[in-house]
Amino acid sequence: MELFANLALGFSVALSPNTLMLAVVGCILGTIIGALPGLGPSNGVAILIPLSFSLGLDATAALVLMTSVYYGAMYGGRISSILLNIPGDEPAMMTTLDGYPMAKKGQAGNALVLSGVASFVGAFLATIGLMLLAPILARVAFLFGPAEYFALYLLAFCTLGGLGSKNQAKAALSVCLGLGISMIGVDKSTGLTRFTGDNLHLYDGIDFLVAIVGLFAVSEVFIFIESHGKNSSIGVKLEKVTIPFKMIYQTKWTMLRSSIIGFIAGVLPGAGASLGSFLAYMSEKSLAKDKEKFGTGDPRGIAAPEAGNNSAAGGALVPMLTLGVPGSGTTAVLLALLMTLNITPGPLLFTERPEVVWGLIASLLIANIVLLILNVPLVKVFSRVLQVPAAILLPGVTMISFVGIYSLSGSYFDLLLMILFGIVGFFLRKMDIPTVPVILGILLGSHMEVSLRRAMVLSDGDFTYLFSSPISIGLWVAAIIGFIVPIFLRRLLTISK
Amino acid sequence: MSDRIVGLLTLVVALAFFASATQLEMPFFSDPLGPKLFPMLVSGVAMIAGTMMLLNPDAEPEWPVFSTFIKLFITSIILIIYAYTLKPFGFIFPTAVASAAISFQIKPNLTKSIIIGTCLSVILFLIFKFALGLGLFAFPKALIG
Repeated sequence: MELFANLALGFSVALSPNTLMLAVVGCILGTIIGALPGLGPSNGVAILIPLSFSLGLDATAALVLMTSVYYGAMYGGRISSILLNIPGDEPAMMTTLDGYPMAKKGQAGNALVLSGVASFVGAFLATIGLMLLAPILARVAFLFGPAEYFALYLLAFCTLGGLGSKNQAKAALSVCLGLGISMIGVDKSTGLTRFTGDNLHLYDGIDFLVAIVGLFAVSEVFIFIESHGKNSSIGVKLEKVTIPFKMIYQTKWTMLRSSIIGFIAGVLPGAGASLGSFLAYMSEKSLAKDKEKFGTGDPRGIAAPEAGNNSAAGGALVPMLTLGVPGSGTTAVLLALLMTLNITPGPLLFTERPEVVWGLIASLLIANIVLLILNVPLVKVFSRVLQVPAAILLPGVTMISFVGIYSLSGSYFDLLLMILFGIVGFFLRKMDIPTVPVILGILLGSHMEVSLRRAMVLSDGDFTYLFSSPISIGLWVAAIIGFIVPIFLRRLLTISK
Repeated sequence: MSDRIVGLLTLVVALAFFASATQLEMPFFSDPLGPKLFPMLVSGVAMIAGTMMLLNPDAEPEWPVFSTFIKLFITSIILIIYAYTLKPFGFIFPTAVASAAISFQIKPNLTKSIIIGTCLSVILFLIFKFALGLGLFAFPKALIG
């Protein structure tokens, strides 16, 4: 019953004309951002955060706008996967496997509608899952002390590093880089300055938004200039779009199974949507009797990853809202948004600011329906976005990033830092060093350090305190498994190939 | 080779970070390890990661050719100049030049780049100033008084 009372509160927030309009605007912007090749949900949300502040929105409204962009971008990512064979973002990669072949067979319209419906099913079920699971997890989170939080942050870094990179050393390096950056500035509990090199600009520390926009958006411009011309592929023309009811009906179990798998992958801290779509695709393939059809334009090969990745996107909100630990790159960016809005995610959020949490959940449900409407009949309109030439798009993205960061502080120093992050991001990406752990390190670094220091104060410097409760031991074990197991899994995969 | 260089660089930076952390003053109150502990732990992990990369590098990444590096270098310089000029010269002029220059890097067509730069700059200014209400100045303050 409590659930319904909460939902009613949520809808009372979400159905106000203002919020509703923001949700629709967010969905449209998000779908466009997702559809543009190279501009995924994390980039899109990152460059829009600074601008959303300048609108002077309150916390709930800003959150509704940005999560609608996030959900929209997850939907939009499939459009360029199917029509151009270029994933609009990383999670949409699996959709290219069957989506593009299907489009080449002249069924581009079917593929787009089917993937839109699968996205809806995945995202809708995940939002329900979020409603049910988040309050329970929030209650468990009340049991967490500093030792448990320290272990939890470690778990997030380990799974993100373990799963997100091919080389564990590189993932660890990237986490350390982020944590190191988070330590720059005045140490809050002692007032000492650390690692500033006596540069006054650095006393306040490095704003995570500067790092995010630099690493995600500016480095994308460099990558594009470098790879320009290489990724050219022949686009598929989109003919008439009809709704393939039969295909949707046939893949209903695929969508359901994939949504569940995706949701679980999303809830794991650090794992996220790419893992969700990958696992959903692989498990459908292994369940199928006619495996060889996958990769040739099989509808199940579209329904599975799309349901999986959208469901994971919803699932990733669970640890982000209840524990303050994001489950993916984009939720890390959303966490940055919350922190800038002065909302501390965690169990207290559910009791102290229920209107924020439930307003968000209700607007996710609404955004989903808006997105289904936008993405099925209007998919043709959005597919036009793909024709925007890079020579216009990239300067535009760069300028929006600059103005966004400039509007935050009005300081040229932040802009220079952002360019530096862009250059560093380019080299990291070229060398296959993941950039998401850097962001997560900057975001969570100070929290992790505070937990560790509190634990040390409580135990008077006794390190065994970090492993003194069953919850923290469980988290440490999970962290070690999350970091090490992917090494063996990769070996197994290469041997079986 | 690239992995080895980055591994070595990491090792050096992490060592410097570690050394700098040990120099931090300890607070008087009861914070047993204070502001030193976390930086020392993190730099320790970074040193291990750097050593691993140094000893066990991945295959060489595909680096761009020299002319592309020049392009990237020019782009970075444009962006840096843009960062310095945005405030004193107002929004429109630096933005137009910078977007035209980036556009030129992607598609070397001078006339088109100039048109794209000018249009982008004016359209973005209108959006930022009037739709989003940012406090931007179109032209140098000295000009508009």
